[in-house]
Amino acid sequence: MMHTDTAPPGSAAPAFFVTDEEGHHSEGSTMLGFWLYLMSDCLIFATLFATYGVLGRNYAAGPSQKDLFDLSGIAVNTAMLLFSSITYGFAMLEMDKDNQRRTQMWLAVTGLFGIAFVTLEIREFVHLFHEGAPPWRSGFLSSFYTLVGTHGLHVSFGILWLVTLMVQVRKYGLVAANKRRLMCLSMFWHFLDLIWIGVFTVVYLIGVLE
Amino acid sequence: MSADAGHAAHGPASHGHGDTEGGHGSVKSYATGFVLSVILTVIPFWLVMGNTLDNSLVTTLVVLVLGGVQMVVHIVYFLHMSTKSEGGWTFMALIFTITLVAIMLAGSVWVMYHMNRNMMPMSGHEMQTKMR
Repeated sequence: MMHTDTAPPGSAAPAFFVTDEEGHHSEGSTMLGFWLYLMSDCLIFATLFATYGVLGRNYAAGPSQKDLFDLSGIAVNTAMLLFSSITYGFAMLEMDKDNQRRTQMWLAVTGLFGIAFVTLEIREFVHLFHEGAPPWRSGFLSSFYTLVGTHGLHVSFGILWLVTLMVQVRKYGLVAANKRRLMCLSMFWHFLDLIWIGVFTVVYLIGVLE
Repeated sequence: MSADAGHAAHGPASHGHGDTEGGHGSVKSYATGFVLSVILTVIPFWLVMGNTLDNSLVTTLVVLVLGGVQMVVHIVYFLHMSTKSEGGWTFMALIFTITLVAIMLAGSVWVMYHMNRNMMPMSGHEMQTKMR
């Protein structure tokens, strides 16, 4: 392009891009926007729950919930996610105090609980495959793997996001942009714990009844 | 709640620092949420694993109610949702979503249950009684 963009002498240099990313206006709207994303994610899970609700008792002469699920393992899984929720809460409290080292520590603890959760879930899936209960066995198992797997995938991406933010915080410190990102992840993480309440209640606990 | 004072001073579009501080709650709110959550998790697991109530319908209802209560606890104490956050818009979005979710869940299960009953392949005997 052949423009002559030279500013007239004495005038301020023109700004070609937004230099200050984190105005307080954008922070408020980011939180609202992220909440709306979570609500749309909630609808995805609602459709998967509805699918499970419809197909959950169609075994095609295959194994049922009672044959497959080990509730004490699920209790451990639930505990992992619940602990990770409170440790993320502690990370946010330390972030408010601008204590970077402790924020990072609690984020790391949260990540470890998250990894423990995903590992246990993968182990459960492998175990189910060995028991002769892969997703294609029955309508119940298809809807079960889709619902629980989608949740597990969300947690996995949450861990990836968490690690990314820990690197960001390490590199740039607890600047406003990083705080905003950590708050978004906080909402995401607590939201996943909330979905898990639905999963262990509807799929596992009510599943083994009757 | 400490968040309310911050919200009263600022409109929905202008968020000051007090607002972001109020958004995370305190040690107390996290601890309260955590303790309530543990209780609301242990009770349903105990009911189902110990077969305490000896009645699966009652157990199902109790477990569902406890799950619902625990979700509310998480929304209030962990997500720090109140009717006033973000000028009430998050709450509006939440109510809208809950409405959609309720329609989707109840509607799917209800419709498909009736489809299933009415479209089931009938035995010869059933067919004859229905034809009459």
